[in-house]
Amino acid sequence: MANLDARVPAGPIEKRWQKRKDEMKLVNPANKRKYEIIVVGTGLAGASAAASFGEMGYNCKVFCFQDSPRRAHSIAAQGGINAAKNYQNDGDSIWRLFYDTIKGGDFRARESNVYRLAEVSVNIIDQCAAQGVPFGREYGGTLANRSFGGALVSRTFYARGQTGQQLLLGAYQALMRQEAAGKCRLYPRTEMLELVVIDGRARGIVTRDLVSGKVESHLGDAVVLATGGYGNAYYLSTNAKGSNATAIWRAYRKGACFANPCYTQIHPTCIPRSGDYQSKLTLMSESLRNDGRIWVPKKKDDKRPPDQIPEDERDYYLERKYPTYGNLAPRDISSRAAKQVCDAGLGVGPGGFGVYLDFSGAIKRVGKNVIAERYGNLFEMYERITGEDPYSVPMRIYPAVHYVMGGLWVDYDLMSNLPGLFVLGEANFSDHGANRLGASALMQGLADGYFVIPYTIGDYLARGIPKADVSHAAFKDAERDVAERTKKFLSINGKRSVDDFHKELGVVMWEDVGMARSKESLERALKKIPEIRERFWKDVRVLGSGESLNQDLEKAGRVADFLELTELLTLDALHRNESCGGHFRVEYQTEDGEAKRNDAEYAYAAAWEWKGENQKPVLNKEPLVFETIQLATRSYK
Amino acid sequence: MRLTLEIWRQKDASDPGRFVRYELPDVNHHMSFLEMLDVLNQQLVMKGEEPVAFDSDCREGICGMCGFVIDGVPHGPQRNTTVCQLHMRYFKEGQVLRLEPWRAKAFPVLRDLVVNRSAFDRIIAAGGFISVNTGSPPDANAILVPKQASDRAMDAAACIGCGACVAACPNASASLFMAAKIAHLGLLPQGQPERAGRAISMTEQALKEGFGGCTVIGECEAACPKGIKLENIARMNRDFLKASLRYREAAAAGGG
Repeated sequence: MANLDARVPAGPIEKRWQKRKDEMKLVNPANKRKYEIIVVGTGLAGASAAASFGEMGYNCKVFCFQDSPRRAHSIAAQGGINAAKNYQNDGDSIWRLFYDTIKGGDFRARESNVYRLAEVSVNIIDQCAAQGVPFGREYGGTLANRSFGGALVSRTFYARGQTGQQLLLGAYQALMRQEAAGKCRLYPRTEMLELVVIDGRARGIVTRDLVSGKVESHLGDAVVLATGGYGNAYYLSTNAKGSNATAIWRAYRKGACFANPCYTQIHPTCIPRSGDYQSKLTLMSESLRNDGRIWVPKKKDDKRPPDQIPEDERDYYLERKYPTYGNLAPRDISSRAAKQVCDAGLGVGPGGFGVYLDFSGAIKRVGKNVIAERYGNLFEMYERITGEDPYSVPMRIYPAVHYVMGGLWVDYDLMSNLPGLFVLGEANFSDHGANRLGASALMQGLADGYFVIPYTIGDYLARGIPKADVSHAAFKDAERDVAERTKKFLSINGKRSVDDFHKELGVVMWEDVGMARSKESLERALKKIPEIRERFWKDVRVLGSGESLNQDLEKAGRVADFLELTELLTLDALHRNESCGGHFRVEYQTEDGEAKRNDAEYAYAAAWEWKGENQKPVLNKEPLVFETIQLATRSYK
Repeated sequence: MRLTLEIWRQKDASDPGRFVRYELPDVNHHMSFLEMLDVLNQQLVMKGEEPVAFDSDCREGICGMCGFVIDGVPHGPQRNTTVCQLHMRYFKEGQVLRLEPWRAKAFPVLRDLVVNRSAFDRIIAAGGFISVNTGSPPDANAILVPKQASDRAMDAAACIGCGACVAACPNASASLFMAAKIAHLGLLPQGQPERAGRAISMTEQALKEGFGGCTVIGECEAACPKGIKLENIARMNRDFLKASLRYREAAAAGGG
């Protein structure tokens, strides 16, 4: 069994992080330059961690598969970042942000981590403002806030509809400053394909240079994975095309436990798909729900244009079902509600896969200019994609895979059960339980990178790291595995493209492991996924060579890993006989269709352990202890 | 809709490269431009030909990874639109389109439509930041920023670093890219201490990378998918001139 000691400090929750920091061993400033830290991924978590390491004096090697660290998918986050500043004097506090996040996550996150997240959230805003992030401002020059789903206070900071971009550019610029200072070395267009473990510790990675194809070993005193989520397992998602699970999946196969893989977030407000050629789905920020009202016609097959459907023939179903939160109900709940009305035949647009998000009331109330100032870029994006003008016609939206709460298991210090392997941001499982609230992903990425890992990694390093080098057999084995896998992909020369298999997998995942899961659908998926995987390895066609830029070869490796990960995801969904947050099992629901948890049996994090090829993974359980917050049924009514 | 594409194919940096013609008999109007290339690539793979390499990631017009020239125009004919957000409904039956990579000495072609833009990263590393270590800032509301300054800084900060401005410029100048960053940081109170040094060091780095000078032609502004304004370049030039006259030595020594 894996060691799942979360190493949470004892004592009152509001003193734990300070206690942990006080107890940590420190690295002598003059010794920091003797350490090398490997950081994989340059989104908010990776870039902020690497920049902070550099500032502290550590040496870093920083890897990303994109052509520049600034491309990482954090850049696409639109709406905002939460922080318990209480600048609006509306009753916000660290406690309230902590409580909202635990409740939003349907009581499936570790209390201590979430409290710390809320605690450091205030520092993040200070840090980013000082870096020159152009946050929205009031006329007096102070910071502005907006509201987001799952909260009754205004605690979301934003930079128009490009908050993720601006926060990432802040972290990226800090990283580039350390690059110029010689503390961080960048490896763009370089993909991590193996984790190297020596004597039970993570000691390095093996990478492939995506331009030359060169396979290389990198030794480090610690390895930090900040490689994002695995939403692309569903093929169609709001993730970037390149977002993938290879780094965390390779780490899982080397012994790191994978926690709660079934917790996937389906975002309620995305542009519906338009055809088979669709390559990805585009999110429309949740912030739109501040002013947009969601509705469907009350009558089935109502083909009238939306402006000719009178008020009393519309069903504003979120406002009707959840009068307190209304259109700002959390994501999992809003998505399920959209699915329910569409399944009932009330959906709008092609195929009935859509609901209206209507701004006509808001435009009447505050004027077109104000709406344009708030959401102008989102409205333009919508028009570019659909050819429809949302100022005059309501948007059509539908849920899409957006984020995964599951990821590698980490302790309070963000270290996995493999010593020396740290996991940050979306790649870990730690803070969002079974459902993430809007504007909390940016908060977590930067909390992990700026304010948690810079402390905890020092404690690990200060306790002593044995000598090792890249001539070790573990490196050589990993290099050989990478080279053989590449050779294998290129030699199959089958009849179907990589994308073709990926799409096939995506359909199974969306239909059977999507928004409404049942024992039957999950068992069906558990049959189909290994079949697809088997056919993939016999019939995939990857052309070209391994010694050049070969985008199909890159995709093949990522899809091969998705074909394994999805099986674990489905297995986890099948074992969890309850509904919670983004994991909805149709067998477990209340009379009015809400998720029904089973706290007596499932109040734990499910951390799966790899046992080898064709072996069933072993389930380890970390019990979730709620000492501070009372377990309660989640209600937004 | 029937389309003909003439696409630049080049195996690697040492290959001289050539245009290759592809007929697409059935293009759906609702597709994005890149989805059309996805479909073409599927067909090529099935025929046993290597797919066309092109960069893209977010496909939402924000990461800046995509970009190539369509009929001489970076990101194609639609204004304020990256090629990933360009949709086929803006094209006509029977059109012949010529696709080629960004052409600039500082952006060497890696393969087909893919270029190396690391020069941009090095320009940012030369000074496109505010030096503030993690943990040291004051409370965010202790730095008051007039709304107008913040809004204008955000206008400039919207740059996605795609390189279209360089590809559009007859001099292959990186001025709009640099100016956007210099304006973003220079408009904010936080950016003042390093303002002079930033203008000098970023400009010097751009020269080292082989980007050309700016002769205010304005093609960059027309090609920019994020609507970055030419006036940013005037602002940058002012900062550079002031810094050159008054702070050059200090700036060279790394100060403001």
